[in-house]
Amino acid sequence: MRILTFAGRNTKEILRDPLNLAFGLGFPLVLILLLSAIQANVPVKLFEIQHLTPGITVFGLSFMTLFSATIISKDRGSCLLQRLYTSPLTPVDFILGYTLPLVPIAVAQCVICYIVAIVLGLKVTVNVLYAVIFIIPVSILFIALGLLFGSILNDKQVGGICGALLTNLSAWLSGTWFDLELVGGVFKKIAYALPFVHAVEMERAILAGNFADIFPHMWWVLGYATIALAAAVLLFLRQMKRQ
Amino acid sequence: MDAIRLEGLTKKYKDVIAVDNLSLSVRQGELFSLLGVNGAGKTTTIKMLSCLTQPTSGDAFLNGKSICKDTAAVKSLIAVSPQETAVAPGLSVRENLELMCGVHGFTKEKRNTKVTELTERLGLETVIKKKAGKLSGGWQRRLSIAMALVSQPEILFLDEPTLGLDVLARSELWDMIRSLKGKVTMILTTHYMEEAEALSDRIAIMKDGKLLICDTPDKIKESAGTDLFEQAFIHIVKGAAE
Repeated sequence: MRILTFAGRNTKEILRDPLNLAFGLGFPLVLILLLSAIQANVPVKLFEIQHLTPGITVFGLSFMTLFSATIISKDRGSCLLQRLYTSPLTPVDFILGYTLPLVPIAVAQCVICYIVAIVLGLKVTVNVLYAVIFIIPVSILFIALGLLFGSILNDKQVGGICGALLTNLSAWLSGTWFDLELVGGVFKKIAYALPFVHAVEMERAILAGNFADIFPHMWWVLGYATIALAAAVLLFLRQMKRQ
Repeated sequence: MDAIRLEGLTKKYKDVIAVDNLSLSVRQGELFSLLGVNGAGKTTTIKMLSCLTQPTSGDAFLNGKSICKDTAAVKSLIAVSPQETAVAPGLSVRENLELMCGVHGFTKEKRNTKVTELTERLGLETVIKKKAGKLSGGWQRRLSIAMALVSQPEILFLDEPTLGLDVLARSELWDMIRSLKGKVTMILTTHYMEEAEALSDRIAIMKDGKLLICDTPDKIKESAGTDLFEQAFIHIVKGAAE
């Protein structure tokens, strides 16, 4: 009951901010439409709808990091968290209360992207459903990063780190906008040492029905999600103790 | 009976002693103020008493419960209205009160009763549907105190409750705080001398984490040999530095 109340409050705070809706939903959709228009005029395999959509759904999750980090850093700054720390809410309530509301939002964002992609010509198969289901562990990774950054940064820093840096990193290093083979070298090695390109390739494999190709990408995603979540919990508890 | 008893309460941060061997007691229903210049240790004292930070040594007992050994019991007795307004800006006034009812595990029926009661008691009827983030500073402070009262605390900590408010809003908030006197034990920290003098039953003046004096406003003025409380405060704090 307590956790649901707290999670409900967080959901309302996120969804009532028009900027969140504009960026979280509007921006990925604009990208799908824009890159599909480019693809219609200058065909590029990378921007074919079945290649593009998984990349956009993963990129869209970087906004979940921003939402998650922003709400936590603002609650810290306004002392609302300090007030709630003196209530019967437990550390588990706080962590789940900040994490759980973003999972359905992430799934909804992914579903909307796929609906638009279907309108633009993506073939409707059961694999679309699997791709939506497998976005959940990827969303946990991005939400955990938000919990982590929100625990150590103030809301202005969150805007810079999550709003600018992370969205760009997750875009450039994901292989969505350009083929990483074209750059190669250290850039490609760095990209493959991070989880973003693995999340995109896992989603592409699922959508294509090549389930054997999910691996090893899924291990990378699950590994990073576990590490990010553990680090986020530790840092959140640390700042809670420091209060 | 004492609502709060501090016994050698001390907090050290590396080389800095924020609160130094503080011992005092607060009676039930009393409005007790902590006064001091910046860095005196007022907020650290409140943080320790509200179980937000652990003391380095010493202990304090709130209605007989130890802040070191019985944190859960202490938390059930207290509420805090922090220095910042500490409201959820995207929620309406009603939703903010419902949030606090929810985190305290109230049933729907009890929640509705409590929201109605606090809305009337704190005069929030006119703003009940407004988003908290859109309210003026005075209304936000009022809501902040209402949120703290949701759990029917026996002890209420008010950390700089009128900071940044205009004269009218401050006067209204004073009336509201006065209306709680006798029903709830209140610990108030403030920088405003006239606020401490007007509201408090007793005042403790702190400097560098140490308690300099603890008495009624009149006795403090008497001991400093002046009729003005502000002068008495300056006299005592400067006297401690010499």
